Amino acid sequence: MIPSIPQSRISKIAYGSYVGLFFVYLILPLSVAATFAFNDSMFPSLPWEGFTLDWFMNDTEPKLGLFHDRTLTKGIAISLFVALCTTLISVSVGTTNAFLFERYDFPFKGLCYVLMILPLVIPGVILGISILVFSSTIANGVEDNLGYDLDFLRPGLTLVVLGQFSFITTIATLVISARLRKFDLSLEEAALNLGATKWAAVRTITLPYLMPAIIGAAVVSFLMSFENFNTTLMLVGSDAPLTITMFDRMKEGSTPVLNAVSLMLMIGSGVLALMMVLVQRDKGV
Amino acid sequence: MHVRSTTKLTLILLLAPFVIWLTALVILPHVDMFMLSIREKIAPRTYQTSFANYQEFFTEPLYWNTLARTAVMSIFATILTLFIAFPISYYIAKIARGKVKSILFLLCLLPFWVSELVRTFGWMILLRETGIISNLLQWAGVVDGPVEMLYNDATVMVGLVYTSMLFMVVPLVTTLDSLDDSYIEAGYDLGGNGFTVMREIVIPHAMPGIVSGCIVVFMLTLGNYLTPILLGGKNSLWFTSQIYNQFITRFNWELGSAFGFLLLIVSSLMVWLGLKLSRQTLSSTMAEG
Repeated sequence: MIPSIPQSRISKIAYGSYVGLFFVYLILPLSVAATFAFNDSMFPSLPWEGFTLDWFMNDTEPKLGLFHDRTLTKGIAISLFVALCTTLISVSVGTTNAFLFERYDFPFKGLCYVLMILPLVIPGVILGISILVFSSTIANGVEDNLGYDLDFLRPGLTLVVLGQFSFITTIATLVISARLRKFDLSLEEAALNLGATKWAAVRTITLPYLMPAIIGAAVVSFLMSFENFNTTLMLVGSDAPLTITMFDRMKEGSTPVLNAVSLMLMIGSGVLALMMVLVQRDKGV
Repeated sequence: MHVRSTTKLTLILLLAPFVIWLTALVILPHVDMFMLSIREKIAPRTYQTSFANYQEFFTEPLYWNTLARTAVMSIFATILTLFIAFPISYYIAKIARGKVKSILFLLCLLPFWVSELVRTFGWMILLRETGIISNLLQWAGVVDGPVEMLYNDATVMVGLVYTSMLFMVVPLVTTLDSLDDSYIEAGYDLGGNGFTVMREIVIPHAMPGIVSGCIVVFMLTLGNYLTPILLGGKNSLWFTSQIYNQFITRFNWELGSAFGFLLLIVSSLMVWLGLKLSRQTLSSTMAEG
């Protein structure tokens, strides 16, 4: 079963074709979703009516292209905004968490570590509704007692960002901790011996060392936020991020403009993935 | 003395974001959700504490049937994912060499950089009545008219397994990679055959990976919303969509919270059971994946 053990030809071929079939299964839905972005037909299905770029460029109904479809472009803008906010706070808190768990001892550290991981094992839908319930409780309490309406605690983008932040922080923490654990403390001590303050040593020695992990965590956070659906669904208000807009269209059945969006998303993720590979190879992880 | 007090200050500064994050966004929301779930409306704006919402769940067959069905299908999807992923992971870890190995592994990760929405959309295009596979079958003469392959349990299963694949392949490849080839050779030298070597050497070694893969896949499947709704349609009867209905459509937050809590219990119970059976801890399992 390993190359050094002789095996019959038939079982080798059978195994090889199973692996081949698996990869066809893996690639098929993606290639289909991408290809039909160029079909000159009103529906993303056969027959093939010829090649067109209308689903990207065209500016008139009924063949409204992606770049002129107001709801979709607005959804993309909202998603980008949400993803940037979420990434920024998740990576910041992830970094402080990493220092907290790798460098310090404090009472109940073990329990705190388990609590830190917890958001990963709570289904996203439940994270969403629990935050929805809690923020409404606060908003209602404030309104009943003080007469203010805290608008940002009602379903909307603030809650979407908070909901995604609640579990993406865990991922950022794990990624950054893994690299901080490998850091050689004597480097920091050398800086301290040479007269640096603690903060200067961390800023000039430790943070640059952590950079590949911080960038990696940022890319992963950005993607997870951009693609998040479950938590967002429960917290969304009138401004819908791209995933929610796409979902609504998909249920109704849509023109191939959704294929165009899909292709753009694939290219976007591909570029981000490539960037991450390059950064990590550069600095060596 | 001075050094110690700055360390203490730093510790407090580092603890603050951690504590605020967890308390405000994870712990208090769940406590509040539980409080809401044990509240019963007896008159407009008057409530009393009771377990009426949980009682309603157990007396209405549709509700608990949906949860049971969701749990059973999630278990089935997990097992199926494991059986499909194991030979692939074994191939990547033990048979493929050098460049081929890293290319195959990267190819496995590729689809998961793309949104679940896009992946599901791809399956819809393939499987719907006017879809590629239906057309292909007609062209090949296997069927006479268009076939609708969406909106049934088998399709939901295909989508769920597809979506979960990465979370099984990565831990499996990692653990299988750490198994030294010489153990497998020794197994054969001592008279074992493919089956006994697999059972006595490879699978016990891969157990941590199998468990962490299964836990993550089960959890994600149980909490999935997109795939069952889009591929299964209205008949999919997935528990998360019951929660959504109570919250957004019916505006019955009390019952919805109770449902949320029940789903959380089922999910945590399975995670706990998996960890107990394999004698692992949550920290070690998650740090690997």
